[in-house]
Amino acid sequence: MRVGLFVTCLVDLMRPSIGFAALKLLEDAGCEVVVPATQTCCGQPGWNSGDRRSARELAEKLIAEFEGCTHVVVPSGSCAGMIRAHFPEVFEGDPGMLARAERLGERTYELTEFLTKVAHRPRVSATFEGTVTYHDSCSGLRELGVKAAPRKLLAKVEGLELVEMEECETCCGFGGTFSIKYGDISSAMAEKKCAHIRASGAQAVVLGDLGCMLNIEGRLRKGGDVKTRVLHVAEVLAGER
Amino acid sequence: MQAQSMHFRPRAAEALANETLQSNLEKFNSTGFTALRGKAVSEFGPELFEKLRGEGAAIRDRSLANLDAWIERFEAEATRRGATVLFAETREEACELLLDICRRHGVKKAIKSKSMLSEEAGVNEALEAAGVTPVETDLGEYILQLAGEAPSHIIAPALHKNRSEVADLFETRHRAPRRTEIPLMAREAREVLRGHFLSAELGLSGGNFLIAESGSGVIVTNEGNGRMVTTLPRVHVCMTGIEKVVPTLEDFSTLLRLLTRSATGQPISNYVSLFTGPRRALDRDGPEHMVFILVDAGRTSLVGGEMQEMLRCIRCGACMNHCPVYRAVGGHSYGWVYPGPMGSVLTPSYLGLENALDLPQAATLCGACSVACPVKIPLPELLRGLREKQVDRGLRPGNERLAIRVWSWTARHPRLYAFGTGIAARVLRLLGGRDGLIGWLPFGEEWTRERFLPAPRSWRTFRALYAARRRRRQSPRGA
Repeated sequence: MRVGLFVTCLVDLMRPSIGFAALKLLEDAGCEVVVPATQTCCGQPGWNSGDRRSARELAEKLIAEFEGCTHVVVPSGSCAGMIRAHFPEVFEGDPGMLARAERLGERTYELTEFLTKVAHRPRVSATFEGTVTYHDSCSGLRELGVKAAPRKLLAKVEGLELVEMEECETCCGFGGTFSIKYGDISSAMAEKKCAHIRASGAQAVVLGDLGCMLNIEGRLRKGGDVKTRVLHVAEVLAGER
Repeated sequence: MQAQSMHFRPRAAEALANETLQSNLEKFNSTGFTALRGKAVSEFGPELFEKLRGEGAAIRDRSLANLDAWIERFEAEATRRGATVLFAETREEACELLLDICRRHGVKKAIKSKSMLSEEAGVNEALEAAGVTPVETDLGEYILQLAGEAPSHIIAPALHKNRSEVADLFETRHRAPRRTEIPLMAREAREVLRGHFLSAELGLSGGNFLIAESGSGVIVTNEGNGRMVTTLPRVHVCMTGIEKVVPTLEDFSTLLRLLTRSATGQPISNYVSLFTGPRRALDRDGPEHMVFILVDAGRTSLVGGEMQEMLRCIRCGACMNHCPVYRAVGGHSYGWVYPGPMGSVLTPSYLGLENALDLPQAATLCGACSVACPVKIPLPELLRGLREKQVDRGLRPGNERLAIRVWSWTARHPRLYAFGTGIAARVLRLLGGRDGLIGWLPFGEEWTRERFLPAPRSWRTFRALYAARRRRRQSPRGA
């Protein structure tokens, strides 16, 4: 099993520790992990902005970089969803590229999904003292069906107690460029999410996508909440926080 | 209805600042249709409901694949049963046909039950201009007509108004003592409306479905007004979109099971009325004349195109109920008849892409709408398709397009990308200061106005750290 880790542009820039946490989890699960050095962005900003050409160029690049791997693992439901659900749409009308996109898509997984479905022996040896609540990111949940996987893995973390918040499946308001095109609406949506997090009484909100993470943490802190921690599921599972 | 779809931004800002609206939306979000639908689906059985959604989508696709043939069949069957079927290509034509009917039958007053198409066409304004008094009889629509406001939800049109606002409105407009108990207020409206029901010469309804095999129109309602509108006056006009046709009664029954559960969480609505032709010789009641005005108003332009799936829509409102953007800004922000995700596809499709520039953009593409849609319309994909059309037609701001191009170009040059992100990590971390929170960013005010941007946690990017680690591990003196 030769697993390609696509760390994503946001992890690369904003939270390198999440990339290392994902790496550790995959290696602990017995995978040979490769991290293509030339990887950058999956092309989602272009795709969601209606710029098909930009999306196509980056999709081609990513496919070429990861085609040699048996699996592609992404610590983000959003970017994994782009590869699995949308790359085939990007190459509509181009049978050659479409076939390559589909082949790669079938082998692409969000991190927790991979650990529970594919990895032979996922090992979680982390500990966490306290209660957490889980925010289901939209693309992971609705494009990939990631719902039980993170919860199943979090249940193995010693000391961790999961309390569900109201509306854990409702969008936090990030939406990629939406967050900077409609800042006021996006912030209002983030505030609703923060209210649900606060009401859950959890000490930390755990999630699987950097976009949601920056949005939720940014809004929590702006609202004066410096206590509630915002953690990526990989960090919690790897015990690297 | 006067389109305000060009003004999404200011209208959304107003909505966010409107406390009454926000508290109404809050109530709607926690106890409203979403929860009721959820309950109905779980009672029905989620897997069975999934299957039903598939059947619903297939029925709508079958209807649309041969739309012309089913419309012809409907016309033949309806005509055979004594109804008149008229076609209007445009919204204006729809109004003209209706006014013509009013003139011929000497109509002074028209009572209405809910018709989205009449909102599209601006029927009330057209009737008033021609000296005919339109009276909305659906309670929500009636309230809005008194208030001179537009609907903000397709199922619960007066969602944006609270009880005390309605009490004030009734007090002034009915010239009656102020009542605040909802049953008493409803009774008061009913008493006022009763006179209109009995004195109107024409009833105008919408049509949730048109059944080709029987030539029937259908309305699905929770208030008794629909029955009065379609049976009491001498003339009944059903005005609806040509895409509402379905082949058989069996198809209709499948869609009905989906519609009421998706809309209000009801297994069936209080009333389901089928009207098939005017009163026959032995019928005790019913209109003397029954006319269908079937309106195109942009529908056929979607047939066979990328947006055809939108024509499956059965107007349940589930997409807006589940839309986190709609739930934050309410229906008026969208500026035309249809709010929420369905509106963000329909408004630019019917009024022109250039007349609703924000609508396809004002979505996080979270997918909650398409998961709830009873006929599986892939709304996020359609919105993305509209964004692509905007780009192709040069309707997006130049700086936005440039930013995307620059980003993509840089991302295709890994060395340059690594260099750029290396600098960005340091700059952002500096901006974040000691608490690691960025409060102001050049070109990033939209983000930072009501949020911080958490700064990078490291001075170096993952790629730089990873490369360094590999070098350490590979060098003989390392580790």
